[in-house]
Amino acid sequence: MDRFERQVILRELGPEGQTKLQNASVLLIGLGGLGCPILNYLAAAGVGKIGLVDGDLVSISNLNRQTLYGENHVGELKTDVASRIISKKYSDIKLEVYPFFLTPKNAFEVISQYDLVIDGTDNFPTRYLVNDVCFLLHKPLVFGAIFRHEGQVSVFDLGENSCNYRDLFPDPPSSLEVPNCSETGVLGVLPGLIGTLMATETIKVITGYAEALRNRVLFFDSKTYQQYFLDLKPNAVARNLIPKTQKELEQLDYEFLCSGIQIASWEEGLKSPKVQWLDVRESHEMPKLNLENLIEIPISEFYDLNQVQFNSDQVFVYCQSGIRSQKAAVKLKEKFPQKEFISIRGGVNAYPKN
Amino acid sequence: MAEKLIIKAFGMVAEEIGQSEIWLDSVSDTQELLAILKERYPGLEGMKFSLAVDKELVSENQKIDGAREVALLPPFSGG
Repeated sequence: MDRFERQVILRELGPEGQTKLQNASVLLIGLGGLGCPILNYLAAAGVGKIGLVDGDLVSISNLNRQTLYGENHVGELKTDVASRIISKKYSDIKLEVYPFFLTPKNAFEVISQYDLVIDGTDNFPTRYLVNDVCFLLHKPLVFGAIFRHEGQVSVFDLGENSCNYRDLFPDPPSSLEVPNCSETGVLGVLPGLIGTLMATETIKVITGYAEALRNRVLFFDSKTYQQYFLDLKPNAVARNLIPKTQKELEQLDYEFLCSGIQIASWEEGLKSPKVQWLDVRESHEMPKLNLENLIEIPISEFYDLNQVQFNSDQVFVYCQSGIRSQKAAVKLKEKFPQKEFISIRGGVNAYPKN
Repeated sequence: MAEKLIIKAFGMVAEEIGQSEIWLDSVSDTQELLAILKERYPGLEGMKFSLAVDKELVSENQKIDGAREVALLPPFSGG
């Protein structure tokens, strides 16, 4: 008798299914409310190799829902605690830890080493990044997300004509627009339920135990237990928004994509009435522009924005080439959510000559 | 006489509307529906959500004559 006996005797799984689990390699991104039950159940089920990605430390406010951790773990890396606990429980699992957050620069290398990816993250920039990388690498992606008492679950990129997150939500929403658990509150059982559904989908994909939520999204309400199933179809327009190559993706700033900040040309800015201009270059950068209603705040002085006041609701931000102004606009939007910040494409280098 | 249409709202959209289901008299297309909803619930303006008519996503204006159900589906980020 071994530790998998009770599932191996299931007709739909059998010894073949168990062998598939043992041979599978799964990357779990995010060791929070969703990640904890996912890891517990996949490790218990005998998935042979599990990669754990999270750059976060355990904090006391995690403990109502992140049930792998206890008070004695506060301040430790989640990847360290999780791998220690799981490897102590089961000797037959190979665990790899990635104690950092995924970025466009490192995501391909990590994701390409696994057969299947699970998105248990808590923010849109990483969700769109993981989606786009999995799409380009044709990696099955088990998706789940929560909001207050509701959850969404689906499986993306599973074979030909399979849908992905962009088919459901083509453009990233602004992170400011959709709050996460730390802002809205959540009962610990909700990620427990949704994470367990995600672990179930993972086992379905690996073993063929039952039909996975391919091209379907489940919307689940924990208050009423109502379920809503949506059928997905590939959306050509949405797919055009995915970078075409790894190189193209690595150049993308997903934080910015999810910031809700618009980009405009000089022409668009110059013809808008009653705008404020903001130059975020350092004082030595030339040439200076002679614009009406212009203020200068170098990025190096952004640590203290308390004295700053804008006299227009619309602020056009520029730098030398249009990169720093994007980051500046994101920071300013956090500080002044009521104002509209627009980054000027190409910066001073693109300023009209005449 | 067309039958009433049920609007199912999720996540932040449901919070904005104050309930997860509302009934509307027949509406001709999705554009008209959105206009009606945004007039009643101004907080929906600028909110990002997908729209499904009888469980199928729509990306452009679509007739909803004869449809039974429209879902307003916002993305969730939490984990």
